[in-house]
Amino acid sequence: MFNYLLQRLATIVPTLFFVSVLIFGLQQLLPGDPAMILAGEERDPTVIAYLHQKLHLDEPLPVRYLYWVGGVFRGDLGESQRIQKPVLDLIVEKLPVTIELAMLAILIALTIGITAGVISAVARDTVWDYAANVFALWGLSTPNFWLGIMLILLFSVTLGWLPASGYVSPFEDLKGNLAGMIMPAFVLGNATAAVLMRHTRSAMLQVLGTDYVRTARAKGLDERVVILKHALRNALTPVITLGALEFGTLLSGAVLTEQVFTIPGFGKLIVDAVFNRDYAVVQGVVLFTATAYITLNLLADLAYFIVNPRLRDRQEAVA
Amino acid sequence: MTTAVADVGSLPREISPGRRALLRLARRRGAMVGLGVVVFFILLAIFAPLVAPFDPLATSWSAVRKAPSAAHWFGTDEIGRDVLSRVIWGSRASLLAGVVSVSIALALGVPIGLTAGYVGGWLDALISRMTDAMLACPFLILAIALAAFLGPSLTNAMIAIGISATPIFIRLTRAQTLQVKVEDYVEAARAVGNSQLRIALRHVLPNVVPPLIVQATLAIAAAVIAEAALSFLGLGQQPPAPSWGSMLNTAKNYIDNAPWMAVWPGLSIFLLVLSFNLLGDGLRDAFDPKSR
Repeated sequence: MFNYLLQRLATIVPTLFFVSVLIFGLQQLLPGDPAMILAGEERDPTVIAYLHQKLHLDEPLPVRYLYWVGGVFRGDLGESQRIQKPVLDLIVEKLPVTIELAMLAILIALTIGITAGVISAVARDTVWDYAANVFALWGLSTPNFWLGIMLILLFSVTLGWLPASGYVSPFEDLKGNLAGMIMPAFVLGNATAAVLMRHTRSAMLQVLGTDYVRTARAKGLDERVVILKHALRNALTPVITLGALEFGTLLSGAVLTEQVFTIPGFGKLIVDAVFNRDYAVVQGVVLFTATAYITLNLLADLAYFIVNPRLRDRQEAVA
Repeated sequence: MTTAVADVGSLPREISPGRRALLRLARRRGAMVGLGVVVFFILLAIFAPLVAPFDPLATSWSAVRKAPSAAHWFGTDEIGRDVLSRVIWGSRASLLAGVVSVSIALALGVPIGLTAGYVGGWLDALISRMTDAMLACPFLILAIALAAFLGPSLTNAMIAIGISATPIFIRLTRAQTLQVKVEDYVEAARAVGNSQLRIALRHVLPNVVPPLIVQATLAIAAAVIAEAALSFLGLGQQPPAPSWGSMLNTAKNYIDNAPWMAVWPGLSIFLLVLSFNLLGDGLRDAFDPKSR
């Protein structure tokens, strides 16, 4: 286990290095002098000189990278030009909202995706299988920002059941919070549900053809027990791992969902930063998302390693 | 002798693997429907000036937010522009973004992936780690960041989407190259003294193409959604030029009194993306029947 962890960490270090180079490199895409752009429309020479000194713009590129990455290691992701607040503070402030949204979305995605996947595999080539496949194709092809607008039209404008936008903290009003989050969470989880459905179906089909499932059936066990206890349990391992990876993708999808439902989260932070030319915030959000994605990837791999005895045995044999 | 000739003549003619795949594709109803809809949108985009009933930019203050009618089949928008005409012209931005950004991703990803897989060693390790780094940044976040730094325009959105989609093609080409380069026919080409470049281009590359075609088709679907997303956020096609994403951005502000403004552009994105997904799924099954 320790060896495996070390091996994985060894591959992560260069990846993180290249991620940092990529994100630092984004700033180089700005045409002309970055200080002129960051100084805003007034272009005050004092501000420009201050920015040159602060961002080490007169130093060679590799030196500037070292200053920047050194700051990142100290937790300094720069400062928002607009709000005059450290980028890390802004991320930490907005993150809980997006994490709540993403967790609700993954819950909805797992419930719908796994249920549809199991039904589709068990009832292979029936109308249920086709319906589940149509659902998956629909989920993968619907732009979530359009789905959000359509749901607002149905549930907020026409039926008046749910609020169209806004956010209430769960600590202030749990019911209000859930009423406001259920539509965005469904919109965000929709495509993930489709992905999970396809993977559950394929994993279940594979497991249902194995000897131990055949043996369980031969023993005369109830079909429900065979499917839920013997087949699903084994088929779920890769699906749950994929779910953990999809959590990272949801952070990206949240950008659009939060924009449609006016939720003041992480996604809205990057969009507002883009329009206010708050480049340090854009860089900070990308760096944070990439690091979160790599960490989730590592955790998913470790979880898979822990729950899969065959992988463990192979690793021990190699050692 | 005559009998022998007749026997040979009655044997089924040798069909190339590519042709066999196309025949399998033609038998898949979903893929054919997808192809039909894609062709329909391509024709719509090409002949937009002839098909669109109105100028997509022409405003009319007497026809502001009019519901669908005989004069305006899809209704009008907040400044009286014909929604149908804008949807028809908007197909140009979506298709262009889909095709151009995937072409950028292919142009960058295939040579890099081929080099990594074929050359191997430290170059492969370096390219692989760089690819991992790009894949660690979620597709849309990376595209937004790139579009933000490059500046908002359709061209920059296409570049941003193309660069963001590149690592998938690098990884796929590399994996296929690793598989193909140990095949007997590649060994044979090496044994007869072909240069490394010739082997890579003439013997390895053609054999990695089928999965690339499948991935490219699915990537166009993702690029169409990404362009619509960037335009929805204001980072793609700039107003007043029509784009499905920017139409939705405006439409969300009028959802309570002009819902048709949101329905048609969204439905168009959905149909086009669904069609590319159906076609991509069909191509995958046609090239690799075992994957079903």
